[in-house]
Amino acid sequence: MLFHGWVTIMAFFICVVAMTRPLGGFLKRVLEGEQHVLGRIIGPVERGIYRAAGIQEDREQSWSQYAIAVIVFKVICFIAVYTLLRFQGVLPLNPNGMRGVAPDLAYNTAISFVTNTNWQSYAGETTMSHLSQMLGLTVQNFVSAAAGIAIAAAVIRGFTRRSAASIGNFWADLVRTTLYVLLPICVVLALLFVLEGVPQTLLGSVTASTLEGTRQTIALGPVASQEAIKMLGTNGGGFFNVNSAHPFENPNALTNFVQMLAIFALGAGLTNMFGRMVGRERQGWAIFSAMAALFLVGTVVTYWSEAHANPLLHALGIDPSLGNMEGKETRFGIVGSALFATVTTDASCGAVNAMHESFLPLGGMVPLVNMMLGEVIFGGVGSGLYGFLLFAIIAVFMAGLMVGRTPEYLGKKIEAREIKMTMLAVLCLPLVMLGFTALAVVVPSGLSALSTSGPHGFTEALYAYTSAAANNGSAFAGLTANPFWNVTLGIAMMVGRFFVIIPVLAIAGAMAAKKTAAPTPGTFPTDTGLFIALVTGVILIVGGLTFLPALALGPIVEHLAMLRGTLF
Amino acid sequence: MTLIRQLRPALVIFGLLSLLTGFLYPLSMTAISSVLMPNKAAGSLIHDGKRTVGSVLIGQNFTQSRYFHGRPSATIGADPADPTKSVPTPYNAAASMASNASPTSKALVERVAAALTQVRAENPEAVAADWPIPMDLVTTSASGLDPDISPQAAFFQVKRIARVRNIPEETVRQLVEHMITHPLMGWLGEPHVNVLELNMALDALHR
Amino acid sequence: MALHLPHSEATHGGRSSEHRSQSSLMQASLLLPAITESFRKLDPRIMWRNPVMFVVEVVTILTTVLLVRDIIIGGTHPGFAIQINLWLWFTLIFANFAEAVAEGRGKAQADSLRRTRTETLGKRLLANDDGGYSHFGLYEQIPAPELAVDDIVLVEAGDFIPSDGEVIDGIASVDESAITGESAPVIRESGGDRSAVTGGTRVLSDWVIVRITAAQGSTFLDRIISLVEGAQRQKTPNEIALTILLAGMTLIFIFAVVTIPSFVHYAGGHISVLILVALFVTLIPTTIGALLSAIGIAGMDRLIRFNVLAMSGRAVEAAGDVDTLLLDKTGTITIGDRQATAFVPVSGVTEHELADAAQLASLADETPEGRSIVVLAKEKFGIRGRDMNALGAHFVPFTAQTRMSGVDVGDRHIRKGAVDSVIACLGEAVPSVGQIRQIADEIARQGGTPLAVADNTRLLGVVHLKDVVKGGIRERFAELRRMGIRTVMITGDNPLTAAAIAAESGVDHFLAQATPEAKLALIRSEQASGKLVAMCGDGTNDAPALAQADVGVAMNTGTVAAREAGNMVDLDSDPTKLIEIVGIGKQLLMTRGALTTFSIANDVAKYFAIIPAMFVGFYPALSALNVMHLATPESAVLSAIIFNALIIIALIPLALKGVRYRPVGAASLLRRNLLIYGIGGLIVPFIGIKLIDMLVTSIGLA
Repeated sequence: MLFHGWVTIMAFFICVVAMTRPLGGFLKRVLEGEQHVLGRIIGPVERGIYRAAGIQEDREQSWSQYAIAVIVFKVICFIAVYTLLRFQGVLPLNPNGMRGVAPDLAYNTAISFVTNTNWQSYAGETTMSHLSQMLGLTVQNFVSAAAGIAIAAAVIRGFTRRSAASIGNFWADLVRTTLYVLLPICVVLALLFVLEGVPQTLLGSVTASTLEGTRQTIALGPVASQEAIKMLGTNGGGFFNVNSAHPFENPNALTNFVQMLAIFALGAGLTNMFGRMVGRERQGWAIFSAMAALFLVGTVVTYWSEAHANPLLHALGIDPSLGNMEGKETRFGIVGSALFATVTTDASCGAVNAMHESFLPLGGMVPLVNMMLGEVIFGGVGSGLYGFLLFAIIAVFMAGLMVGRTPEYLGKKIEAREIKMTMLAVLCLPLVMLGFTALAVVVPSGLSALSTSGPHGFTEALYAYTSAAANNGSAFAGLTANPFWNVTLGIAMMVGRFFVIIPVLAIAGAMAAKKTAAPTPGTFPTDTGLFIALVTGVILIVGGLTFLPALALGPIVEHLAMLRGTLF
Repeated sequence: MTLIRQLRPALVIFGLLSLLTGFLYPLSMTAISSVLMPNKAAGSLIHDGKRTVGSVLIGQNFTQSRYFHGRPSATIGADPADPTKSVPTPYNAAASMASNASPTSKALVERVAAALTQVRAENPEAVAADWPIPMDLVTTSASGLDPDISPQAAFFQVKRIARVRNIPEETVRQLVEHMITHPLMGWLGEPHVNVLELNMALDALHR
Repeated sequence: MALHLPHSEATHGGRSSEHRSQSSLMQASLLLPAITESFRKLDPRIMWRNPVMFVVEVVTILTTVLLVRDIIIGGTHPGFAIQINLWLWFTLIFANFAEAVAEGRGKAQADSLRRTRTETLGKRLLANDDGGYSHFGLYEQIPAPELAVDDIVLVEAGDFIPSDGEVIDGIASVDESAITGESAPVIRESGGDRSAVTGGTRVLSDWVIVRITAAQGSTFLDRIISLVEGAQRQKTPNEIALTILLAGMTLIFIFAVVTIPSFVHYAGGHISVLILVALFVTLIPTTIGALLSAIGIAGMDRLIRFNVLAMSGRAVEAAGDVDTLLLDKTGTITIGDRQATAFVPVSGVTEHELADAAQLASLADETPEGRSIVVLAKEKFGIRGRDMNALGAHFVPFTAQTRMSGVDVGDRHIRKGAVDSVIACLGEAVPSVGQIRQIADEIARQGGTPLAVADNTRLLGVVHLKDVVKGGIRERFAELRRMGIRTVMITGDNPLTAAAIAAESGVDHFLAQATPEAKLALIRSEQASGKLVAMCGDGTNDAPALAQADVGVAMNTGTVAAREAGNMVDLDSDPTKLIEIVGIGKQLLMTRGALTTFSIANDVAKYFAIIPAMFVGFYPALSALNVMHLATPESAVLSAIIFNALIIIALIPLALKGVRYRPVGAASLLRRNLLIYGIGGLIVPFIGIKLIDMLVTSIGLA
């Protein structure tokens, strides 16, 4: 834990704070269909798309119509990606001659990208053709992120409208987010990445003869364009197997810093958009603060853990001053890796620049816990905000009872229906995370995929399903996925996405239909430190308590055993 | 019915957005960068007259004692003898890979112990001087292609290089010193040395 | 307890009775039936209404079956298992006990009320030849429960009124103490706002003919019975939402616990069903689950003890949510009658002179205004009461023609009356007419009523009659404002007067020259902006507004229509009680919220007790998590489950009494409750479990 490490963390946080307002303001303009600079330039494209699709962008949908539109769209995306992967061998833009992807892997990958998880059961440079990367994966990186933001906007509208029947138009939200938010920022990011050394080429591999005279085949491709959206859309699916640890994906400390900022950018901006849309930016900052508190705690724990050398290696007589360098890149060092690991799992990104599996037990537990909490710390674009709102609803419900009033959030009464939907969404995560882990650690086809035994092997399985259900996509990557894992992880990803989206949209519909009560001194304020503390407590207790036995059998016991010098 | 009515917008919008984000976006990025930053867009390759030596960003597997060594790499490749099997192939830039070793596994401790023995054997002068062995020199990187080592790891090898190349230790030390990339603005990133560039500079000393 | 019952410690009025009955919450006579009842409630058909405790029962039965099996098979020492089983059953019984105690009080009252009803006989009148009914007509005696709606009954002095009805003929004084606890008889007569009679009350003098308005089973008395009994207790909206939340948490912990055996199997260990059940029961929110219905019943009971009958739990909850309170001016904000507050003489007359004349004119005036003039004169100038006869004075009463009253002493004619009437009587020509008018206007502007006083043809001045705002009402309104409740005064006065009184009383807003339509419109507009409105009323013309309001408190003295329209009836007919009703509603929600928070916060300590105990067998390193240093794994599990059961018993008084409500802002209320029940909930079980562990270890239980 060094001075420049703290400076990096603080600088990162300050940058996140600084970009929250401008991004929030712009997001609101885009999603409320207001005038903005880009509208004048790209506007004709937007209107052209509507005309071709035969929709009127101002004709709004009820929550159920909105949900159906989301699902129809997702099904089409799934079919398209699956088909593309299966037939990539006979399709163009395949300079390295990749074969079609196996059915279980194609299914897993299609689900994975459609749900914004980007779990990779494959190594990009040895599996995917350029066409699959571009037309399959990059497209999903855009539209799954845009769909997340669209849903978040619809949910916020639910809170802001009074006695309304509709919550927006999914198609308009989707198109606007893609055209005005994701694409323009990605263009800037991609060019910046190329400037820093990230390749952007349609050529295949290059063979070099090294200084020592051996041959080295270097995989290349259109990396920068995918890298930009992979971060901005909190997708995390890397061009290469080792993701952002690969020097071509993330060549230096600056790109590393920018990538982390890109992960948080829209998640943070959406908190501010929320505040603006509900008419009080402070409400957005309250959410931001709760998220920031959890982020900073996680970062400090990971940094602290990784800054220490593995005591088992230190015992061999190695200098501990560099910290736990196994599975980390020299140019990022401890702080660049620890911060990245926290950020990528706070959000549902899942990109990695260091191997979480090789983190020390407590360092690896932080990413795991971040995901177990439902990735509500800035979170996936859109999904982080609506996931957070679920906890906010529970917190408000408890607070309302404790001050003796039927709970209300932003003037909307929280009643049985909302609680039912909230619990449904909150329930499905531990169900698949714990349920599938319990299955995988006893059946042979589950166990055979684990790279190690003992508590760490258990954590590997737990991490996989947690990551899948939370739509993160990062892994304790020692796991070698077989068909059992591909299938079950696919289910976990679907449940984690759609069993949250549908209840959340139902809540939005119910909220929109309600009257809005004006706040009085008897209403519990939701923009104060007290609320921030309460909602943070609810996230930790309701979201985290369920997992304590599992954590005790995984990282916690591994840590304690490590201190005693036990090897597994 | 809502479902059927949504089908047309779903298909059309999917198609158009695919075109936009899957074709136009990456192709235009490729076009722009190949014009403005052709070398970087092509992978920052180093050409030595007629052949390509490698990429400045991608580490190489240095085994000869006359070169600075990089970090252990966990990448694997097809066994030349039997392509269905894979064997350790350090710095295989066609298939990046990490060890993903568990911190409490016997495998990790044994592997690091072996690497440690090797490093000690290769650098008897440093061991004799009782220099601490830097962590990065015995642990695998995340990509298996880490182009860099810490300044400590470079200095650790200085005595060996000086001996093998028969040049003054101070010259080598100054070269390393010169090749260190310092953190941006003094805080962003870790000080590190690009091994390929360092070794090329080393070779250049003799010319 | 205000319901007037032979064996309850009946007292009248609000606060004192509530205070008194709290001390006897757990009185012995109620405990025994409650204990019996707690066993009867183990019936799963009753239990399943409470999902959390139902789940506990299911797993408890499972472990008991396993225990019996193990005992039959023999083998391991079952001592530990027996203890855990016992405490699981205790957990269930304690939960039932809490509910039974809460219900117990109501049951006892209901029994005696029911006796009143069944023993009453009604005199059903037979129609005369002309189809009418007469006091002297023929009647048949039939038992009260057999009376039907629209039957006509005669009730004479000494009779109990057999059922709810409306007086269609006659007038009688009625003792309603059985319902209201108020021993002073009230007058009931046909027509007007005092025509409603209640079954179970008794006619003291005279007679009335009553048309029965309520079918058997739905009379006021029946409703009271079912309310106090809690028999038809419906879950309230917030209670339903909370039950869903608790059921959800229970489900989450099911996932957390049922997956453990598989995890343990992976780790190469073994874990018994018993330990899993113990962990599960301690983790799920049993504390609040056990006390939830007791809290609801106790909340209703608190209201009943406060002499307010809520027709549904929903209404009680709504009371806690009220944003706007509509209060009638007269009787609520001001003392019912106008009071003299000042003597304003015209120039050339002293104040004393005016006071003397006004007092003389009012000596024989028995109206409240008249009496207040006498009192004021005495207070200000020490003018004592004089004997009218000794003075030879002759009282001139108020008539509709003169619209004045006064006194004649010899040839002195002293008159007081409305300014215009007095001037009309004396003629415009008398001196000081202009000045009198000026003074009168000024008084009207201040919200008062001017009363001119004349001695023969000489105008002396004006008595300032004023609506007197009740003492302390200003503070009450300030308190309400802190609670976030807006008060609106409803008055028939003109806006000028209303504004003056509003300013004096500190009410937030007023509705002047209020008509029933205006009232209704006000309620609707408040509701349209998402606010909950409470009001009280008594007249038939209040009925629409009472029905529209979210909380409509009907006065017991009011009409049948009003009582039907409201969702609460105030037996004391005291409109100021609305304020307390709001407090009781809030208290109900707060108690639930506080205990839920406490219950969930408890889990942290329980985890620290049980997790190391569960896993230390195969992962010794986990003993580091045993932060409480509990003696053995067995003692740790046992202590956690004992704590979990005992905390239910320990919190019963709080559940019944309710968390104290303070009229401070929501934020500070929450801060306080979070500190006590949230942070307290984190800390208390650590201490409690440690103490129990020390105890069970020292006496060798585990």
